[in-house]
Amino acid sequence: METGTSRVKRGMAEMQKGGVIMDVMSVEQAIIAEAAGATAIMALERVPSDIRAAGGVARMANPELVEQVIKAVSVPVMAKARIGHFVEAKVLESLGVDYIDESEVLTPADEVYHIDKSLFTIPFVCGAKDLGEALRRIQEGASMLRTKGEPGTGNIVEAVRHMRIITGQVRRIQNLSKDELFHEAKILGVAYDLLLDVHNTGRLPVVNFAAGGVATPSDAALMMHLGADGVFVGSGIFKSDSPEKFARAIVEATTHYEDYELIARVSKDLGAPMKGIEISKLHSSERMQDRGL
Amino acid sequence: MRIGVLALQGAVAEHIRSIELAGGTGVAVKKTEQLAEIDGLIIPGGESTTIGKLMRKYGFVEAIREYAGQGKPVFGTCAGLIVLAERLEGAEEPHLRLMDMTVARNAFGRQRESFETDLDVKGIDTPLRAVFIRAPLIKQVSDKVDILSMYKGEIVTARQGNLLASSYHPELTDDYRLHELFIGMAREAKNVKAE
Repeated sequence: METGTSRVKRGMAEMQKGGVIMDVMSVEQAIIAEAAGATAIMALERVPSDIRAAGGVARMANPELVEQVIKAVSVPVMAKARIGHFVEAKVLESLGVDYIDESEVLTPADEVYHIDKSLFTIPFVCGAKDLGEALRRIQEGASMLRTKGEPGTGNIVEAVRHMRIITGQVRRIQNLSKDELFHEAKILGVAYDLLLDVHNTGRLPVVNFAAGGVATPSDAALMMHLGADGVFVGSGIFKSDSPEKFARAIVEATTHYEDYELIARVSKDLGAPMKGIEISKLHSSERMQDRGL
Repeated sequence: MRIGVLALQGAVAEHIRSIELAGGTGVAVKKTEQLAEIDGLIIPGGESTTIGKLMRKYGFVEAIREYAGQGKPVFGTCAGLIVLAERLEGAEEPHLRLMDMTVARNAFGRQRESFETDLDVKGIDTPLRAVFIRAPLIKQVSDKVDILSMYKGEIVTARQGNLLASSYHPELTDDYRLHELFIGMAREAKNVKAE
């Protein structure tokens, strides 16, 4: 009997496929999210748009909140640790969290090194905006990836960019010859073996979800079309007019992303989505996607 | 044999891969009408609460009960096993209520307790590599249910006529013998109907 194997950790992410993972800031929100059909709950103190508004240092959630959410729902519970903050991650693991997001949404604790995720029994998800970042995170032990997007903006453009970059790079890698692969591994800053695996299989070795800017059912469906295995929704649910309806509608649109009549139907009578932010108006220091490369 | 995989949420592609390795044709099933075109249905792993809600919403509960009632085979893995059960421990309402058994969700604990192991399964000659992820357990079965494997004294694989269920994920390994067994059940059911 073996725990924490790569199959067990990656398999956990595979069970989330086609699902929606929702950010919540309280037990009440966790219950709403689970009832709406969330496949996992991300417990955090503030959603990304509030982190932007509040400023200051954003850290791991309070352990009491994490414990209360774990008690309140039966679906898996995730929580975020700061990039490189392996003690926050160990604390979350000891609380019984099922999955850790080493996240650029929080203020990085280390500007050079990510957490050595292979040392943990529970799996990690990390953000990536290109194939180099994706494979570096996998090398460090990530069992799941997500686009970085630009969290808390309600603007899907960056998640689209990251998903298109990664799928385009994967297609290109498939067509390289062996000598070109050696060179490409050097350019991307990744292990040759991992790149060879992408070359041979034509896909990433772990699932890749959409995250960072999903605000409507159509946004979720768009990302599924572009190759996402599932969707994270951060501020998009609990910063909308009617969180319960938005949550249910995004779940349905993710399952039936090719059924446009269904997406139209579930998009009616939702009220306003979260207010968005035009990304070009962000100062470069406010761009979360540039953290942790 | 054409084997459908219920594609509302969960590990659909992995099952389709195992079905094809075992010599069948795998189909993702998103609409109830598709049930008429398949010789067997797999309900995959995923989140049982999510899968259950979407099944109710799209009429799959009645449709799958009718499908199984015609003697066609249904195989549930992990969340799929929960969905097949007549009785669930805890707050979750039972879904399809097809297999006469009581199931406990997340019976081994949280993700840190998830594991893989070698498992003896009745009808398969050498041990099967079984991956348990926040897995459920079968706590009790009636005499209609045949127990195919136990792990540490608990039931983890069971069959009731045309229904098959496993606590673990046979689709996460390259060992497709449980899928082969299920395709055999589909072939039998089809032959019986032809006669």
